[in-house]
Amino acid sequence: MFDLTPQDWVAVQLSLRVALVATAVALPFGVAVAYVLARKNFWGKSLLDAMVHLPLVLPPVVTGYLLLITLGRRAPVGAWLADHLGIVFSFRWTGAALACGVMAFPLVVRPIRLSIEAIDRRLEDASKTLGANGFWAFATITLPLALPGIIAGSMLGFAKALGEFGATITFVSNIPGETQTISAAIYTLTQVPDGDRAAMQLVLVSMVISVAALVASEWLARRAQARLHGA
Amino acid sequence: MLAVAVEKNLGTFSVNARFDSEGGATGLFGPSGAGKTSIINMIAGLMMPDRGRIALDDFVLFDSATGTDMKVAQRRIGYVFQDGRLFPHVSIRRNLDYGRWMGGHPADPAAFAHAVDLLDIGHLLDRRPGKLSGGERQRVAVGRALLMRPRLLLLDEPLASLDAGRKDDILPYLERLRDEAKVPMIYVSHDANEVKRIASRVVRVEGGKVVAVGGTDLLNS
Repeated sequence: MFDLTPQDWVAVQLSLRVALVATAVALPFGVAVAYVLARKNFWGKSLLDAMVHLPLVLPPVVTGYLLLITLGRRAPVGAWLADHLGIVFSFRWTGAALACGVMAFPLVVRPIRLSIEAIDRRLEDASKTLGANGFWAFATITLPLALPGIIAGSMLGFAKALGEFGATITFVSNIPGETQTISAAIYTLTQVPDGDRAAMQLVLVSMVISVAALVASEWLARRAQARLHGA
Repeated sequence: MLAVAVEKNLGTFSVNARFDSEGGATGLFGPSGAGKTSIINMIAGLMMPDRGRIALDDFVLFDSATGTDMKVAQRRIGYVFQDGRLFPHVSIRRNLDYGRWMGGHPADPAAFAHAVDLLDIGHLLDRRPGKLSGGERQRVAVGRALLMRPRLLLLDEPLASLDAGRKDDILPYLERLRDEAKVPMIYVSHDANEVKRIASRVVRVEGGKVVAVGGTDLLNS
C-alpha cells in the first residue's frame, strides 16, 4: 500500500533538509537574542522583542511576501546579495529554509529565553570570582544550564519549520524538487483528482517524522535534566 | 595587606567601611543586616562602591579617584558563598578544578590532592553537587576557592546554612585551612564563637559602619 513516487520522496527529503538547516541556522541567533532579551536592558528592547515575535502574529503569507519584496531576485537586498555574494534565495530550497527559519525563530527564542531567565545569576558571579571572564562564564555556566531550553527551542523550531507552508509558498513558490516540501506536496495533491491516496501517504510520513522528533527531544530533555540535577 | 575605604549608598541603607587587614585571619563581625556581605562583595568586585579605594598588596582593585575598577575575574580573590554556589551541572572534581582551568594554570596534582585531603572530600570527587549534604557542599566550596590560588579568601557566613552540630564538624577544617593554606582570610559571621575560633583580628560592623577594629576581645561586648 505504501508506494510513494520518487517525487514524493524528494519532497520528504527536501522537507527534512529545509527544516534541519532552518533550525541549525536559527539556533545560534536564537541563543544570542534570547540572552540579550533575558539579561540586558537597553533602549529599544521592547522593539526587538516585538520584531522577534512578529512572524508568530503576522499571517504567514505576509511574512513570505515581506521576504519576497526584500530578498527576491529583483528586490534591492536580494539583488545585492546575488550580485555581490552570489547568494540567491528566491525559488531555491535555501529560500525555503530562510522562510522556515524566520517563521520558527520566535518559537526557538522563547524557551531559551525562559531557561536563561531561570538560571541563578549568582552562579555566574561565582564563576567570575574563580577567574572566568564574561565569555567563559557564559560558555561554561549559562549555556549548559540553559540546555533544556535550547533543546525545547530546537524541537519547536524544527516542528514549525517542517510544517511551514504559507510563508514558504509565497516566497519561493511550489517547485517540485527545489522548493516543494511535504506540506506543499500534500496541498498540490489535494488539488488534483485522485490525489487523496498519495496525499494520505505523505500525511502519514509527516506524522511519523513529527512524532519521532518529539520523542527524540523528550529523551534529550530528560537526559539534560538528569545531567543538570543529578547526584 | 588589604586596605579598604569604601562608601556605598544602597537606598535605605548605606555602607561606610574603613579598615586594614594585615594577613592571617580577620573576622568581619556584626549582626545580620549590618552590611558585612556588601563590604566583601565590594572587595570581590561583585558590587561597585560609590566612592573609595580598595587595595590588596601591590594591586589597586578599586579607586574612584583614578577610575580604577579591576574586573572580578582578574582580582584572584577566592569567595566562599553562604550557599556554596557549586556548579550543579559538573562533578565535584570539575568544580574544584574550575578556578585553575579559568586561570589557565597547568594542572597541579599535588596541590589538588593536598586540598582534597585537607578538607576530606576525596570520596565526593566523582559525584555531582545535587545530593551533597550542607557540610560537604561547604567544604567543596572552600576547596574550590582555595584551588584557584587566591591572593585573599573571603568566607561569607560559610556555616550559616548548617545546623549547630554540623557547624562543629566544619570548624576544624576551617582552622586547618587557616593554619596550613597560608592565604589571608576575611571571615564574615554574626556568631562570636565562630569568629573567636577562626580569627585573630576583628573588624566590628554595625549599621553599615566599621565601629571598631582590634583583637578578639571586641567579640565580648
